[in-house]
Amino acid sequence: MPVAWTRKDLLGLEDLSKEEIELLLATAESFKEVSTREIKKVPALRGKTVVNLFYEPSTRTRVSFEIAAKRLSADVINIATETSSVRKGETLIDTGKNIEALKVDIIVVRHNYSGAAAMLGRHVKASVINAGDGWHEHPTQALLDIFTLKEKLGRIAGLNVSIVGDIAHSRVARSNIWGLTKLGAKVIVCAPQMLIPLAIEQMGVEVTSDIDEALSNADAVNVLRMQFERDEENAFPKQLEYFKDFGITQERLEQAKKDIIVMHPGPLNRGVEIASDVADGANSVILEQVTNGIAVRMAALFLVAQANENISHDNID
Amino acid sequence: MKILAMTILIKDGRVIDPANKIDGIYDILVENKRISKVARDIDTQADDIIDATDKIVMPGIVDMHVHLREPGREDKETVASATKAALRGGVTSLLAMPNTQPAIDCPENAQLLKSIIDKTAKANVFICASITRERLGRELTDTAKLKKIGAVAISDDGSSVDNDELLLQALKKAREQDILVISHCEDKSISARGVVNLGIVSTRLGLRGIPGESEYKRVQRDLQLAEKAGARIHIAHISCKESVELIAKAKKKGIKVTAEVTPHHFSLSEEAVLGFDTNMKMNPPLRNKQDVEALKAGLEKGIIDVIASDHAPHTENEKEIEFERAEFGVIGLETELAVGITELVKTGLLAWPDLVEKMCLNPAKILGINKGTLGEGSDADIIVVSPNKEWIVKKEELVSKSKNSAFLGKKLTGVIEYTICNGKISYQNTSSL
Repeated sequence: MPVAWTRKDLLGLEDLSKEEIELLLATAESFKEVSTREIKKVPALRGKTVVNLFYEPSTRTRVSFEIAAKRLSADVINIATETSSVRKGETLIDTGKNIEALKVDIIVVRHNYSGAAAMLGRHVKASVINAGDGWHEHPTQALLDIFTLKEKLGRIAGLNVSIVGDIAHSRVARSNIWGLTKLGAKVIVCAPQMLIPLAIEQMGVEVTSDIDEALSNADAVNVLRMQFERDEENAFPKQLEYFKDFGITQERLEQAKKDIIVMHPGPLNRGVEIASDVADGANSVILEQVTNGIAVRMAALFLVAQANENISHDNID
Repeated sequence: MKILAMTILIKDGRVIDPANKIDGIYDILVENKRISKVARDIDTQADDIIDATDKIVMPGIVDMHVHLREPGREDKETVASATKAALRGGVTSLLAMPNTQPAIDCPENAQLLKSIIDKTAKANVFICASITRERLGRELTDTAKLKKIGAVAISDDGSSVDNDELLLQALKKAREQDILVISHCEDKSISARGVVNLGIVSTRLGLRGIPGESEYKRVQRDLQLAEKAGARIHIAHISCKESVELIAKAKKKGIKVTAEVTPHHFSLSEEAVLGFDTNMKMNPPLRNKQDVEALKAGLEKGIIDVIASDHAPHTENEKEIEFERAEFGVIGLETELAVGITELVKTGLLAWPDLVEKMCLNPAKILGINKGTLGEGSDADIIVVSPNKEWIVKKEELVSKSKNSAFLGKKLTGVIEYTICNGKISYQNTSSL
C-alpha cells in the first residue's frame, strides 16, 4: 500500500482519497483475525486512552468502538450526555478540552449536530473519530458496510449498490455514497420524493422513488432504518404505507439478482423497512456487518493514533 | 468658546466624486469641518498636508446597514467600538439598525440611542427606527415622532413584517412623512429552521436548507405593496437571482425601489460553508454561483444601488459552537471597501466611480442625508485609499469588538490610509509608516 495515513482525525469519507479508504479497509482486514483468537487482544494501543463521548443514545456503535479499543489494549471511558456536565451547559469545545486535559489520546464522538466532530477536531490535539454527526457523516458505519460488501463480493469497483430509505436525514447514506463512489461502485438512492435531498445527484448517484427499479440490477441493497422517532418535520409517510411502497420483502427480492446482498446498519424496524424473513434470510449479512464493525473501528483507532504521534499541532486553537 | 478649526490639505490624489462628476487629479482643502475647495494645485498653508499621489481620494463610505448592538448587547459591540471599526474601514456615516435590546421602537428608546451616539460615537451615526413595536409585526411605531428625534428610515430588520395590510399602512405613512422603509425580505414559514442555502451544499453537509424562495417571494410582495402605497422602498441584503430580476422589473415599471447587497453575498458562494465554518453562516445565506453572478450583474447594470455591510457582530461564545446553534451574521465594516475593490474594481466589473456611487453617494441619497460627496461646502468626510496595496485580514488586527469576519485570512486589495471624519483625521493607517 503506497499511501500512508497522515490524518489526526477521521471525520468523514468525503475528505478521504480512494487510497486512504483502501488503506483503512486493508488495515481492518489485518485486524479482523484478532477477534477470532482465543485471547482476543493485541498490544497496538497499549497505554492509550480512548473516550467515547456520546451526545446521542447509541448502544451498538458505542459498544463496537469500546470492544475495538479494548482488543487493541487501549483503556476506554464512556461518557454519555445524561451523566455529564453537558447537561449543565458546558460547550462541546470545553468538554473536549477537559477530556484532553485528562491526557486522552482519542475521542470518539457521536453528536446530534452536523459538523460537531469536525469542530471538536479543530480544537483538540487528541484524535477525533466521528461516530455520527447529525445528518452529515458516519464514516465507520460506511466503512464496515463497504468492508462487508468487499468481503462478500471480492470487489467494490463496478458493483451496483442501492441505498433505500430516509436519505435526507441519513449520515449513513452520505458516508456510503462518498465511500462507494470513490471506490468505483455505481450507487442508486431510493426513497419517497420528500426524503431525497435536493441536488443529491451531484454527489454522483442516481435517484429513484421506485423500489423495484432500485433492486432490479443491484448487487447489494443497503436498507436504512426509518427513524420515525426523529420525524420533526412530519415528512415521513406512515409506517405501513412505507412498508408497502419501500419495504424490502422476499417477493421483491425474488425479482432481483439471486445473490443480492442485503445490508442494514441497525437497529432493525422489522416490518417497516425490512421484512423479518429477509432480515434473517440467506441474502442478509446484517450480523456479519456487526462483526466487521469491530475490525473497521480497530483500524480507524489504530491509524489515527499512529498518525497523531507524527504530526505537528500548530493549527489547533 | 471657539474651537480651533483644523485645516487639512490633501494633495495630488485621484479625486472621485460622482455627485459632481469629478474623476481626476485634484487637491482638496478642508477648513472648518467642511470641504472648502477642490481644485488643481491649491497653494496654501494647512495644519496637515496629506500627499495623496497615486491614491484614491473619495467621500467617506455611507454604510446603510449596521448593527451596533448598543443598547443591550454591549458584549458584542458598542457605538464606540463599531464607529472606531468603521473609521478603519473608511466608513464615516452609518445607519444603525433598530434590532437592539430594547428595539428603537419609541421616542424614549430613540432618545436613549441618540444620547449614546452623542456621547460615544466616533463617526456619524444615523438612526433607523423599527416599523413595528418590539419588531413583532403587530403594531406600528409612531414614525412622525421618531423622525423628529432623528430617525431617517424605518425597518424591522432581522424580521419581515408578515402582515400585508400592516406593511401597506406603514408604507403609506412613510410616504406621507417622507421616511424610507427598509425591508428585510424573508418568509420565515419557508426559511424555517434552515441554516444554509438549500442545494448541494446543504445536502452534502446534512444541514437544513433555506431556499431563495423565502426571500424573493417577500421581495415580490413588498414591491407590490410599495407600488400600491406609492411609497419608496429599499430592499436590504438581497442574495438570490430571482430578487435581482424582480427588482429590475419593478424599476422598469417605475416602482420607487432601491436595493442593497453585502460584500459577502457578491463575493462568496455557498461552497464557503463546506467545512462548517460558522463565519460563513449568515441570513440570508450565501447562495450558489449563479446567484453570485446575478448579484454582480445587478451591480454592474445598476439594478442594485447600494453596497452595505450588514455588519453583525457576535461573540466567540455565540459563533465558536456547533454550526446549527451558532448565530447568523458576520462583521463587515473593516473589509467592505477592500472586498469591493478586490471583487468588483480589480476584476473590471465596476469602474472606480461606480463603486464610489454604490458605497457613498447612493446610500446618502436614498437616506436623504447630506453625505457621500466631495462638493465644496459639504461635510469633510473623506478617505484616502491605496488602491493596489494588498493586505491579509487578521483577527488580531480587527478593531470591532467581535471578530466574526467571513474574510479572516483572505488577501484583499485596497488599504485605507486616512479617514477624515467631520474635518478631522480620525484614522490613519500606521502599518505603512
